[in-house]
Amino acid sequence: MAVCIAVIAKENYPLYIRSVPVQNELKFHYTVHTSLDVVEEKISAVGKAMADQRELYLGLLYPTEDYKVYGYVTNSKVKFVIVADSSNTSLRDNEIRSMFRKLHNSFTDVMCNPFYNPGDTIQSKAFDSMVSAMMVQAS
Amino acid sequence: MEAHEEKPIIYTMENKPIVTCAGDQSLFTSLYTSLAQQLPRESMEWRRSYGRAPKMIHLEANFVQFKEELLPKDGNRALLTFPFLHIYWTDCCDTEMYKASVKDDMLRWQSTLRLHGSVDWLIVVVESEAKKKNKTNILPRTSIVDKIRNDFCNKQSDRCVVLSDPLKESSRSQDSWSAFLTKLRTLLLMSFTKNLGRFEDDMRTLREKRTEPGWSFCDYFMVQEELAFVFEMLQQFEDALVQYDELDALFTQYVLNFGAGDGANWLGSFCTPVKRWSGLLLRRPIDMEKRELIQRGEASLLDLRSYLFSRQCTLLIFLQRPWEVTQRALELLHNCVQELRLLEVYVVQGALDCWVFLSCLEVLHRIEGCCDRAQLEANCSHTVGLWTYATEKLKSLGYLCGLVAEKVPTSEDLNRTVDLLAGLGEERPETVNSLQSPYKKLNEALSSVEAFEKHYLVSAMKKGDPERAEGFLDDSLRSYVAEGWSLQVTHTRKQMAECQKLLQQTEDYLQTSALLAGDANLTVEERKHFCQEILTFASQPPTVALSMAAFAQLRQMQFSPPGAVVHVGAALQLELRVRCLMPVAMQVEQLAATLHFSLEQGGARGRAGSAQRRAGHGPQGQGDGVVLFPQGSPLAGAGMGASLLPALELYEMQDRSPSDSSLTSTGVVCKNMHLLLRRHDSSASLDTPTAGALPAAVAVDDGAQMLRARDITLQPGDNSILFTAPVQPGSYTLRQLCGSVGRVQFVQSHIYPVVQYEVYSQEPQLTIEPLSDNLLAGIPQKVTFTIATGHYSVKKGDALQLSNTDSMPILHSSCCSATVLSSTGGQHLWRALSIQSSEKVTSISLPPTPPYHTLEFQLEVLCHIPPTPFKPDIERLTNGEVRHRPKNHSHADSGMINIDQKVSIDCPWSIYSTLIALTFYVPFKARHSILSAGKRKYIQVCLQNVSDTNFHLADPVLTERQPTVSMELLSLNVKTQQPVCSQQSVFCLWEMRWAKPLPLCLHCAFSASFAPVSASDTHTAFKPYRYEFQLDRAEISPPSGDQHCRTGALCGLEVSITRQAEPSETEGEEEESTEIEGLRTTKLMYEVVDNSSNWAVCGKSSGVVSMPVAASATHRVQMEVMPLFAGHLPFPNIKVFKYLPHNAVPAIQPDTDSCLENDTISLLDKGLDDQGDTASIRSRGSVHSVGSGEQQRGLPMPRLEPFSPGQVFYWSQGRQVLVLPVTDDHVMEVNVT
Repeated sequence: MAVCIAVIAKENYPLYIRSVPVQNELKFHYTVHTSLDVVEEKISAVGKAMADQRELYLGLLYPTEDYKVYGYVTNSKVKFVIVADSSNTSLRDNEIRSMFRKLHNSFTDVMCNPFYNPGDTIQSKAFDSMVSAMMVQAS
Repeated sequence: MEAHEEKPIIYTMENKPIVTCAGDQSLFTSLYTSLAQQLPRESMEWRRSYGRAPKMIHLEANFVQFKEELLPKDGNRALLTFPFLHIYWTDCCDTEMYKASVKDDMLRWQSTLRLHGSVDWLIVVVESEAKKKNKTNILPRTSIVDKIRNDFCNKQSDRCVVLSDPLKESSRSQDSWSAFLTKLRTLLLMSFTKNLGRFEDDMRTLREKRTEPGWSFCDYFMVQEELAFVFEMLQQFEDALVQYDELDALFTQYVLNFGAGDGANWLGSFCTPVKRWSGLLLRRPIDMEKRELIQRGEASLLDLRSYLFSRQCTLLIFLQRPWEVTQRALELLHNCVQELRLLEVYVVQGALDCWVFLSCLEVLHRIEGCCDRAQLEANCSHTVGLWTYATEKLKSLGYLCGLVAEKVPTSEDLNRTVDLLAGLGEERPETVNSLQSPYKKLNEALSSVEAFEKHYLVSAMKKGDPERAEGFLDDSLRSYVAEGWSLQVTHTRKQMAECQKLLQQTEDYLQTSALLAGDANLTVEERKHFCQEILTFASQPPTVALSMAAFAQLRQMQFSPPGAVVHVGAALQLELRVRCLMPVAMQVEQLAATLHFSLEQGGARGRAGSAQRRAGHGPQGQGDGVVLFPQGSPLAGAGMGASLLPALELYEMQDRSPSDSSLTSTGVVCKNMHLLLRRHDSSASLDTPTAGALPAAVAVDDGAQMLRARDITLQPGDNSILFTAPVQPGSYTLRQLCGSVGRVQFVQSHIYPVVQYEVYSQEPQLTIEPLSDNLLAGIPQKVTFTIATGHYSVKKGDALQLSNTDSMPILHSSCCSATVLSSTGGQHLWRALSIQSSEKVTSISLPPTPPYHTLEFQLEVLCHIPPTPFKPDIERLTNGEVRHRPKNHSHADSGMINIDQKVSIDCPWSIYSTLIALTFYVPFKARHSILSAGKRKYIQVCLQNVSDTNFHLADPVLTERQPTVSMELLSLNVKTQQPVCSQQSVFCLWEMRWAKPLPLCLHCAFSASFAPVSASDTHTAFKPYRYEFQLDRAEISPPSGDQHCRTGALCGLEVSITRQAEPSETEGEEEESTEIEGLRTTKLMYEVVDNSSNWAVCGKSSGVVSMPVAASATHRVQMEVMPLFAGHLPFPNIKVFKYLPHNAVPAIQPDTDSCLENDTISLLDKGLDDQGDTASIRSRGSVHSVGSGEQQRGLPMPRLEPFSPGQVFYWSQGRQVLVLPVTDDHVMEVNVT
């Protein structure tokens, strides 16, 4: 389960960012922000010609001693970042992929909402509860 | 070679597969060099089992003397010491000798091999010519080989090869060498395939047993590593790496399973407390020390991992993949830390940090050792992770050992340091001589505070240099603000505040403090702290100007009155709503708004003008006088702002034509287009001025005009501040807002959207407007007098003096009331109004009214309808002066005739009279016509109601102006009263009866009474309407000669044109009248046309006559016509036109002919128009035939203009003449009015 889930706009400002536990929020924000550089690198590494059939899932962006940061980029360059606890060994690549897929679907729903202005921070309750379900329950 | 024989050194990269040599050692020794050289020269395809892809490999071999000990005993699976092939060398060519010794030796060799189950052998028979020559009793050469084959290779004849003259350079020798080498390679590969296959099978079997209790990972590790060694020996590094990766994965899986509660017994040995943390060792190909630990089952987790990684690293570097090493290293280090945690292994605090630090540096050193600088720089992205990790670990070690604290390390810290250093063990021999070894670095760094800082700085390049730190922080702050990461922004700002405080950058520090004090991400305590910092600075000089954005946000501004337009002397209040961001209440000594003042016709502009502006696109868009300031928190605002455009500011635009204020175009205008259409690119978004980064220095604008509010306490949250605006006429724009807290000033340098208000001064003004759309003449109408007092205050006794006129009396009751409205439209006051009338003037005494109020009252006026036909163009002035105004005054669509009535008013505030024009419309239009029925004549009067009002019409009467006895008018009208609806007509009819011949002219007057249908009292409301007209009669001159006209005969036609009226001046302007011998004349053109082919006009049919400008002037023209039929024929038509000669013609002779001739000449001279016309005019001589076609083509000059309907009365219209087959003369009269 993730400890931090973030949705980052094309222009690299956060559309949505949530983490557990709350007291370490700043650290996660820094982690997510730093990971954007890796995302950038990974996207640019894939050639322009390949951009069309590019895999949206970017894999492990960078590991730290305590956390693993995974990335995913939609075709409109919106980035999803999931931070998972390194000690959580049950999380495999497939689980992470499916989490991203769920996140993407839910994000698409948010974008389909006619009352949502693209570029605004996401305040959808449905999105929030979906994210909550993917997060480690703060206990 | 020989040295290797005794004890083959394994575990070096020089490992080669072992091939034993038996038989003639000296023979082999002589061949060894070329053999060792030639064997790897060609590659062989190695086909692999289990579907693995075949590979081309170059074979090498380590040739050792055959010994029985070399052969593996049962159960020993060591592959590296395994002899893959056994070769027996002999150069025996003597049968005797073969039988005597060689064969026995071979048998012994074979039996030994067979005893150990080794089937990979080869017998090489070397033949040499030299040897053959020496021996005389040689058997055929083949016989020895055949014998050997016969003796040993019963079915495998290929196990015995012949090498001919190996030391000679002959083609035969070459061929035999190559055949031998091929055989050797093939056999070696066969042996590999067979033996490795068997080994792998054994290994798999062992692996399958891993669930059994006695299974040990270390044992298995040794087995699989053996395989890896073999692959490595065969230069198959990829395969070797796979072996290690498999081991790695297997181990990882066990650890994970252990975490999941499925622990294996053998893992116990890895769970022992970690006693050594000396880091990775990558300088040796194989770390035998650790390998032995593993072999003995005494390795710790770190030992195993270290060893495994050192092997992987070695292979990766062989594979030229150094960047994979760095990546794997980071993974490994993270993983080890996690695994130790998972296995709950006890580790001394800080030990892991030491291990990680050393390992990072070791990996980096290893990589640096195998790459050049350029390569390293190009791939810094791969090494940065390790550097960071090392830095982090060093930092945490520093904290742990009390090396970064301000105080000196405590004894506890020192003890801990000693413990950690002990765990590092002795430095390895490889790096003892290197000055920069990781071991030495760590040792030194932990030895003292100074040394730690030195090392930490070298690795981190930070700290202790606030100036540089501020620069870095500023950069990162900019990017965080631009990208809207609020938590980072707060955190970085806090760090920045520290730097700025250290650097004594007061202004910057205060600005940052202000931002932090208003930062919702901080706790209230922290915010209060920063707020207090500001207050502390505020109490002492120097004065500092800071941006207001951090301190407070403008929310809205509200004007009272809402229009933001006031007259001089009125109060204008401005309510400013400010959200204070400070955590505590702030005492603000003064809040001042700087004003930009411009005179900008403020005083001159009338009230109406400003009102219009207000309604249109005034600065304060909403009608309620509220200006809302765009919101956005100073933090998120910038980030969002980069992506979100400002909202569209749309205004409705209406373009009215200046003349009649009709709408010509309308549209929507975007006012902030320049903002919206600006190019947005990513770089620009970072440069946008942000509230977060230090804003540009704010300058306090020392404007003369200010709105001030003193001693305000701003509570956290929304505050409302009231300003009272000064009132000098002019236009004011709010520029800056400046709040002073002690010596600290918070300045908002621009106020956007633009906030403006206006103060105006206005002249008193009087307007009179009709109450309804149109004023109708003839009936009493109400008009509204509106006095905008402006700056004038109406005193008691002030009165309006209206000059009286006869045509428009003012109907008044002695008292009526006036309304007084304040400029805001608020109060309504009813005041009495007294009106006195004298002969000349009507005086209206006004009630006292304060300035900038509106006084309104209504009066009834009546405009008399002048008798018709009157000159509609005459307007009457009160002083009786008659003025001519441009024509075309009839109402645009209804054709109503209007009367402009001017009223001259003397106002108390002005010495000049005010002239106000009122336009009245005559509601009716009358026409008359004479109808004939046989000999009877009727007069019909048609009265059309052209107004929008419905009327009752009563008592239509027709009278003669000069009553004649001979004449009687008999009314045929039934009703005395009838309604006339709007736009409808009423017809009245009278029969004319006369006894005597009638006079030439009959003046009649039609009169009727009318009243609006809506009028309550019909009888009193009836107003008279008069219509006067005159009837003119044509004289029939009886023919002088014959009684009747006859067909076919010419008869005379006398055309008589009589001027009925003097031309008005306006007509005179248009008509060309010329003075000839003191007589004014007008030119007329007549033409006799007969459309019905009854008459033939003989001679000239048209001509121009000069009519004297005098009433009853008559011109007679004689002409000849010929009737074509007999019977009662209608008279031929006569058309009369105005003749307008060319202006250039100097004088026109009264003689028509000459006049025409003149015209012709002028036409020719000018060369105008087409030649055909000119020619026709010429051919006809004096006759100027004017066709309608010619007219249409618009001859430039002279031109003809038809009379307007009703101007020409055709006397003989409808008359007939009896035509007999004889000639007859007729006189025809045409009257022109």
